[in-house]
Amino acid sequence: MLELRDFSVVYRAPGGEVKAVNRVNLKLNAGEVVGLAGESGSGKSTLVYAACRLLRAPAVISGGSVSYQGRRAPEPVEITKLHASDLQRLRWREIAIVFQSAMNALNPVLNVRDQLLDVIHAHLKMTRPDALEKASALLDLVGIPRSRLRSYPHELSGGMRQRVMIAMALAVDPEIVIMDEPTTALDVVVQRDILARIVELKDELGFSILFITHDLSLLLELSDRIAVMYAGQLIEIGTAAQLHHEAAHPYTMGLLNSFPSLHGPRRDLAGIPGSPPDLRSLPPGCPFLPRCGYGTDACTGIDMNLAPVRSSSDPAHVTACPFVLPDTPVPERARALVGQPDLEARP
Amino acid sequence: MTAAPLVVVRPAQLMGAPQRAGRWRRLPTKAKVGAILLGIFVLVAIIGPLFVPYDPSYANPAPSLSLHPPDAAHLLGTTVSGQDVFSQLIVGIRLTLELAVLVGVVATALSVIVGVSAAFLGGLWDDLLSLTSNVFLVIPQLPLLILLLGYLPQKGQVATILVLSFLGWPWGARVIRAQTLAIRRRDFVAASRETGESTWRIIAFDIVPNEVSLIAANFVNTVLYAIGASVALAFIGLANLNSWSLGTILYWAESQEALQLGAWWWFIPPGLAVALIGTGLVLLNTGIDEIGNPRLRDANNAIKINGHRQRPADPTPVWQVLAEPRPGRLGAFVHSFSRTSLLDRAQLDRAQLDGAGASRSKGGE
Repeated sequence: MLELRDFSVVYRAPGGEVKAVNRVNLKLNAGEVVGLAGESGSGKSTLVYAACRLLRAPAVISGGSVSYQGRRAPEPVEITKLHASDLQRLRWREIAIVFQSAMNALNPVLNVRDQLLDVIHAHLKMTRPDALEKASALLDLVGIPRSRLRSYPHELSGGMRQRVMIAMALAVDPEIVIMDEPTTALDVVVQRDILARIVELKDELGFSILFITHDLSLLLELSDRIAVMYAGQLIEIGTAAQLHHEAAHPYTMGLLNSFPSLHGPRRDLAGIPGSPPDLRSLPPGCPFLPRCGYGTDACTGIDMNLAPVRSSSDPAHVTACPFVLPDTPVPERARALVGQPDLEARP
Repeated sequence: MTAAPLVVVRPAQLMGAPQRAGRWRRLPTKAKVGAILLGIFVLVAIIGPLFVPYDPSYANPAPSLSLHPPDAAHLLGTTVSGQDVFSQLIVGIRLTLELAVLVGVVATALSVIVGVSAAFLGGLWDDLLSLTSNVFLVIPQLPLLILLLGYLPQKGQVATILVLSFLGWPWGARVIRAQTLAIRRRDFVAASRETGESTWRIIAFDIVPNEVSLIAANFVNTVLYAIGASVALAFIGLANLNSWSLGTILYWAESQEALQLGAWWWFIPPGLAVALIGTGLVLLNTGIDEIGNPRLRDANNAIKINGHRQRPADPTPVWQVLAEPRPGRLGAFVHSFSRTSLLDRAQLDRAQLDGAGASRSKGGE
């Protein structure tokens, strides 16, 4: 479906290049939900927006390839080689995006119907009555009453706006839907509601989802596979169960330790001390080393290639850390580190 | 592996203080050029009159010094009556800038006071103040200026400043009123009010600081207007013709037929000074706009990467495409001097290294 190979993106800034995405290999299969997790600034959004070539010019795709293959495109299409007009056809028809904040992504002066019609007319040849019927059907699909077709975005609640965004993404039956933190601003009840709807729709319509969020707990529920990103690199990919029960990278462990579980004994929550590295000048080896409780001198020499976890039976569960295994005991020093909320002495 | 010694975490490995370019270097080019241009004139205005070679009003009776072209003794030549144009110019720049800045300060203060109070007090006050500024807006300015200055008993600097300030505030007031109305409805103003801040404190600490770039641009614009208007008024004789400003130099040059006599050194320097000061102000103004609103910068400026122009609406550029050789030799030559070419070079080298590395790792698999 969508395959990224050695994909790198840099932002060219006067102070040097910011390597926002560094040699990422990721595959999204048909009908699959892949979660992309990582903290703010780790390059999640840059990765997917650049893969759709939506970023503006100081951002440059500095290497690698993105190939897309779908029901309507049996031959693999190389997205990095497409011209603007071909991209226009590919976007939304094949790869649609649900943007982060629905309030900003919806046009405040057009009502929902007009915005849905815009999408439909831009990509499909359809008469107006048919398109209207389709727009109504789309609202049915996401669980909004048809009477809201004439509503303007400000007349809808946050959850409804997000649903409208999803309806819009599904308007022309795309193969892939990229969801960039679609539920971040919503309360958990609405969040659950929308996610359930998304999963139903996915099963019904058969698209695949690339779900970006910093909420790893949400991904564990939702996705088939999860890719964890740090400092522009993927550091661990595995199924949700693998990541939950036998996370192999110290960073993933740190993320998992930073939210409470509903069941089980009380325990102290551990965050990850420190903050992400400067992407302009990454130190050699593992970028997570300065914050890692397991770090050794050998870490500065590793090449960050993803390799199967040695203790796992599934070769698809890969990690960038060649040293730590899920059952490696936590070093004494790492436990001491957890007590300090911020390692860094900020200048 | 577990036996390997733990590394000590050094704070320096974490995100260090980024090496930021200086404030000056990050300014838009327009603002830089404008500031330099204006800085030169301000410097001349401040220290110039201390070094003026002659008294600008002293008319040298020597017949050889009437309409003398520029030479070492008189850098910009002399007038018909043997006055030194260079001295007049230096003194004139000071007087004109002085007047313009004072008008700028007074008119901008009026705009801020009227605009902010109209928007913040609302109701009847808003109606009254808006009505006043609208009335001032529709008055044809130049004729009124001529009338007022023509009938005022004395035509000194102060009169001109007062009249120009009196007519120069309504546009600014309107703009600031609109902006204040927008800011007034923001949550932080409501929050200040809830915490019991007084109206004047809210205006001074919550609202006005949010409008600084607008006020600055308004000030620069008003200064520009004051220079234009004062020079125009002096040129038609509505100023104290015994003082030396850029306008009065032009007035005397025109009335004593400098153009017909071919004395270009008499009218070109003051004209050029007005034009350059104006250019500096306009550049500074648009520069300030861009600082306050970075989107303005992005919208106009297509970014050039390795000589390929990238517009904001273009899809994300791909380095493999950009790395193709540039078409023109001259363009490539010129480009090789630019700062971005260093980035391009670094990237080219790295792309080659990456390519080699990628093929090697593929061979290994």
